[in-house]
Amino acid sequence: MTEYPAATRRALSQGTTEDEMSDETTTDITDDHVDRDSEAYAHWKAAYEASALRDAEFETMSGVEVEPVYGEAPFPGQYPYTRGVYASMYRSKLWTMRMFAGFGTAEDTNARFKDILRNGGTGLSTAFDMPTLMGRDSDHEWSLGEVGKAGVAVDTLADMEDLFADIDLGGVSTSMTINSPANTIMAMYIAVGENNGVERARLGGTIQNDILKEFQAQKEFIYPPRPSMRLITDLMRFTTAEMPRWHPVSISGYHIREAGSTAAQELAFTLANGFAYVEAAVAAGLDVDAFAPRLSFFFNSHTDFFEEIGKFRAARRIWARWMKERYGAQNERSLLCRFHTQTAGVSLTAQQPENNIARVATQALAAVLGGTQSLHTDSFDEALALPTEKSARIALRTQQIVAEETGVAHVADPLGGAPYVEWMTDEMERQAEAIFAHLDEIGDGSILEGVYAGIDNGYFAGEIADSAYRFEREVNAGRRTIVGVNRYKEGGKDEIPILYIDEATEDIQRKRLAEVKQSRDDDAAHRALERLRAEAADSTINLMPAFIDAVKAYVTEGEITDTLEAVFGTYTETAVI
Amino acid sequence: MNATDTESTALPTIEGDPPRVILAKLGLDGHDRGLKVVARMLRDSGVEVIYLGLRQTTDTVVAAAEQEDADAIGISMHNGGHMTLGPRMVDAVAAAGLEIPVIVGGIIPDQDIARLQDAGVAAVLGPGSSARDVIAAIQASTGEA
Repeated sequence: MTEYPAATRRALSQGTTEDEMSDETTTDITDDHVDRDSEAYAHWKAAYEASALRDAEFETMSGVEVEPVYGEAPFPGQYPYTRGVYASMYRSKLWTMRMFAGFGTAEDTNARFKDILRNGGTGLSTAFDMPTLMGRDSDHEWSLGEVGKAGVAVDTLADMEDLFADIDLGGVSTSMTINSPANTIMAMYIAVGENNGVERARLGGTIQNDILKEFQAQKEFIYPPRPSMRLITDLMRFTTAEMPRWHPVSISGYHIREAGSTAAQELAFTLANGFAYVEAAVAAGLDVDAFAPRLSFFFNSHTDFFEEIGKFRAARRIWARWMKERYGAQNERSLLCRFHTQTAGVSLTAQQPENNIARVATQALAAVLGGTQSLHTDSFDEALALPTEKSARIALRTQQIVAEETGVAHVADPLGGAPYVEWMTDEMERQAEAIFAHLDEIGDGSILEGVYAGIDNGYFAGEIADSAYRFEREVNAGRRTIVGVNRYKEGGKDEIPILYIDEATEDIQRKRLAEVKQSRDDDAAHRALERLRAEAADSTINLMPAFIDAVKAYVTEGEITDTLEAVFGTYTETAVI
Repeated sequence: MNATDTESTALPTIEGDPPRVILAKLGLDGHDRGLKVVARMLRDSGVEVIYLGLRQTTDTVVAAAEQEDADAIGISMHNGGHMTLGPRMVDAVAAAGLEIPVIVGGIIPDQDIARLQDAGVAAVLGPGSSARDVIAAIQASTGEA
């Protein structure tokens, strides 16, 4: 085994833990590279021993037994959680392999969901089509050509019933990627559960519900920022009170990165948005420790391996420090930055698409070494179209190979203490802190106001566009290699079979929508909409019960959007390049 | 660097009168990274870019093209709506009596490229297209190549 020189050991221990460690804990690394004498180690060991372990052999291919952790304090599960949120990490539970799926009609997607569960997927993740994401019905003029194309079409509760038909909502964890209309879709999910005898308190999962990044990057906004935030705090209050297993906001850097940001911008904008939700919820009267344990994050894993790992480690450390020091959280669980990761869709190339399998595997490995709680691996054909069943299975198998063949899940934070990894973690944190300082300044001491200001003055969109342009110029100039695109271009012309969404989907969906409207009790639907309109105008009322009432009356998503738009107004972006 | 495309190491420059190009996204799709990058590349190459941004309709694009006396229209598609919206854009341009090319960029499966061209789309630019490709497509379709 290689012994680090003493000077390096000191440097790296200061790097990881300068706020946390005193000199006396930087004792020599013992023969097996674990500092067993420290108090921190004793605490870690107690926590580890209290954790249930999964049934697996924690040894190398040649039969060498490995320790659950190596290196120095603070250990995984210890503040500031740079090394992981749990003491035993993947020895207790592998990350959730959550594959994103959704296309065509609800029935089509239901079949894919069942296929994922049969193949060892452990959570569902729902992609909705553009009309649904924008709160419009399938028969809206804007929906033309988009129904069921890049996700599943949902107009009414009838579609949600089909989407989750014969899936036990009490036994599965469901993620739903939806933002502006999140309250409507959440209400539908609750109604499907209740109609199937699963009370809302037993429902587990995540709804993305992160509107701030929509204004910054993804652009699926409907209402202006402030009423949009009211909808989010309503849902946070509702789930905090009634749905203990639900994550009401998944603060998402994924789309910020896909829109072109750097890793450090992704980290900083995402955490700033997280702080903004905390400030908004506290302003809405919630106690920070009542909701913060249910906040979760969603990051991108791109191809620059060590930068990504540093980003994930820095995210945990920054979140813990800010929650403790700035927002006064007392509950340890409020300090934990738990996150889902998706490999970088934007890194996939249409040229030689099978090369994407290698990119995805590398990105998946970075996410796991970075300590993710859940992972979606992209399918290699996604630069061409939605994944086929075969390509989606290869993507899932990629995760299973990382999990079960490579041995990286045996040891928590296996790269912790490596000088380069610790330096990169510090560097990501330093860059993020500079951005927080800017937002704090333009928000007059409030990150929430700073984020509103940054949306208003184009700061976020401008920074992201600058980074995207810089990257593209570098690729164009050949200063940055993309294999198969600007170097090694020979071959790869084979035809890749892609998933085609039947053009008939739109007609099928419109017909179904018309049938639902025909068969519902129109008076009940109108009463429910009237209640929603009235309560939307009074910001002291939590709108969630009115949403649930409306969807149960088979009010359509588009009718709800129109009603709220009449009260809240519509957001229009100033187009800047 | 060796083995890279030396011709793409710098942005191409436009000789003569710069073309005026309308860039827009139709429908609901909000993925505007590619279009913004193209807009900046064209602008930095000397093309006059009129960037309309998100959620445009064929009518708003045609109106802008008329008002700005545009030489070409570029629309960007990432959500599979291209087979509906691409031909519709071409028809709207023809219906307005304009004789300018419609160029489609974005995530377009290979087998749809010919279908779009049959429908009157002048050029289809997929992911990985360089600034040179984009400018060549505009020049070829506006007869200035």
